[in-house]
Amino acid sequence: MKVLVPVKRVLDYNIKARPKADGSSVELSGLKMSMNPFDEIALEAAIRLKEAGQAAEVLAVSCGTQASQETLRTALALGADRALLVESTIDLQPLAVAKLLHAVALRESPGLVLCGKQAIDDDANQTGQMLAALLGWAQATFASRLELKDSGEAWVTREIDGGLETLAVRLPAVITADLRLNEPRFATLPNIMKAKKKPLETLTPEMLQVEVQPRLTLLRVSEPPERAGGIKVADVAELVDRLKHQSKVL
Amino acid sequence: MTLLVVAEHDHQTFKPSLLQVLTAAQAIGGDIHVLVAGNGVEAVARAVSALPGVAVVKLAQGSHLEEGNAENLAALVKMLAPGYTHVLAAASASGKNWMPRLAALLDVALIADIVRVESADTFTRPIYAGSVWATYRSTEAIKLITVRSTAFDALSAGEGQAPLEPVEAGKDENLSRRVSLALTASTRPELESARVVVSGGRGLGSAERFHALLEPLADKLNAALGASRAAVDLGYVSNDYQVGQTGKVVAPELYIAVGISGAIQHLAGMKSSRVIVAINKDPDAPIFAVADYGLVGDLNELVPALTAALPAA
Ligand SMILES: Cc1cc2nc3c(=O)[nH]c(=O)nc-3n(C[C@H](O)[C@H](O)[C@H](O)COP(=O)(O)OP(=O)(O)OC[C@H]3O[C@@H](n4cnc5c(N)ncnc54)[C@H](O)[C@@H]3O)c2cc1C
Repeated sequence: MKVLVPVKRVLDYNIKARPKADGSSVELSGLKMSMNPFDEIALEAAIRLKEAGQAAEVLAVSCGTQASQETLRTALALGADRALLVESTIDLQPLAVAKLLHAVALRESPGLVLCGKQAIDDDANQTGQMLAALLGWAQATFASRLELKDSGEAWVTREIDGGLETLAVRLPAVITADLRLNEPRFATLPNIMKAKKKPLETLTPEMLQVEVQPRLTLLRVSEPPERAGGIKVADVAELVDRLKHQSKVL
Repeated sequence: MTLLVVAEHDHQTFKPSLLQVLTAAQAIGGDIHVLVAGNGVEAVARAVSALPGVAVVKLAQGSHLEEGNAENLAALVKMLAPGYTHVLAAASASGKNWMPRLAALLDVALIADIVRVESADTFTRPIYAGSVWATYRSTEAIKLITVRSTAFDALSAGEGQAPLEPVEAGKDENLSRRVSLALTASTRPELESARVVVSGGRGLGSAERFHALLEPLADKLNAALGASRAAVDLGYVSNDYQVGQTGKVVAPELYIAVGISGAIQHLAGMKSSRVIVAINKDPDAPIFAVADYGLVGDLNELVPALTAALPAA
């Protein structure tokens, strides 16, 4: 079975994003970019399936500018066998990405797509579910445990609002990874060297015949409302007094 | 304009977030219909029909809708959606699960997790863990929206008498089935709607201390318990306690962060709280930048002292 893992290049999670001065978009120039942490977890899950003999090939796919090649090289260094870039300079919104991945999935016929549950830039949490719909496949989102059964089902434990739900989904399916699915490995130097020789193919939305123009118009980005700064209190007595008499919350 | 709001419920009652989603729907304007989908949910539908401002309650029932299965719910709403200008649901684990699926079935964009209605076609949502807000306009014929419930006030009291209209429940897509459900049993208020939240982080040091120190404080305040990702990863509490970018978003009257450093990802889930208290031994911890009241010191002494200083619940 082939496992397809979409990976996105995003602003590193340690960096606080800021709007550009003209409010047209988020300032990214000169800042560190990394693989979306949830995609690292999805990729780790795919690699472990391969190591356990349950997957034959791991294909990493990224949709974005040429710079996403870097993210794909990281995926190859971590253990993906092959990489595919769908290159576009357009601002790709979740539905467009899902359509691109759909076209790739029709070409590649994976038995499983493992995505991150959300990308930490737009925080959309949509692409995996959209892809499942386009393929007509089952979906299991927010996975914290994954087990492939001989019956051709995947048993997926999902982190939901009140606790945990375990679903049996028929394969092929789309599964989206939550934080606690695993702890991703780091790429070793020899593997980074080896990754340079692994195949990385580039396609375009036109080649896949997918329309990717944004559906939503981004009017502006702005700073969220700021909190007024607070104070340090001397002790518990002062805290309780202020909670009672100043903010009147007790 | 006619809007469809999809109600979340536990088969007994609707979730409190419905009242906030309805406020967002009213800000958009137009007639509001509410869909109650499930199995044996007449009582929920009747309760919804008594809410002010609801024009019609659509009731879809079938055993395939009992578990809130995303494939079946998306297929059902797809049948109903063409009659509406907007479809809304809470940006909960459930709404985030089925709404994007619906969007792809309808071939329309989804605006997720909105915090502001600017107009009937323009909405603002946080991106980058809430460090930035983005305002989008949608020209889609049907606008799909999930609502960050804590960003909207609950619908004010009043009474309605919306008629109940049974609708076709659709068929079982048969793509997945539930094997088990393990819900955390708690007598505390629900995290997302509690008036007071007491949250603990890695600074608590162990599951035992997390509970020994924070439960008595939460008891006195009739608070919900929350946690940072680190506290969940370390097994102090289960996943449904996590507050943050990738956990729950809360905005209580009072949020008390104990032994939490205040990473951007955590702040994303609590910085809209009305009053924030932070207890941390590190005077430079970023949590103090958002705290109204900061208490610097060892939580092992400060938390019991605070608990003792509060009047009995
Ligand atoms: C993709 C991604 C998503 C994430 N999503 C979330 C999320 O949704 N929610 C979330 O919370 N995090 C999230 N995180 C993790 C986040 O980046 C931080 O690692 C996490 O919030 C840290 O938790 P903490 O504050 O409990 O631990 P730490 O950062 O280790 O802080 C512990 C604090 O306790 C204090 N302390 C220790 N001992 C004492 C004592 N005796 N008395 C008083 N104070 C003490 C320390 O001074 C320190 O400030 C995410 C990270 C990533 C990469």
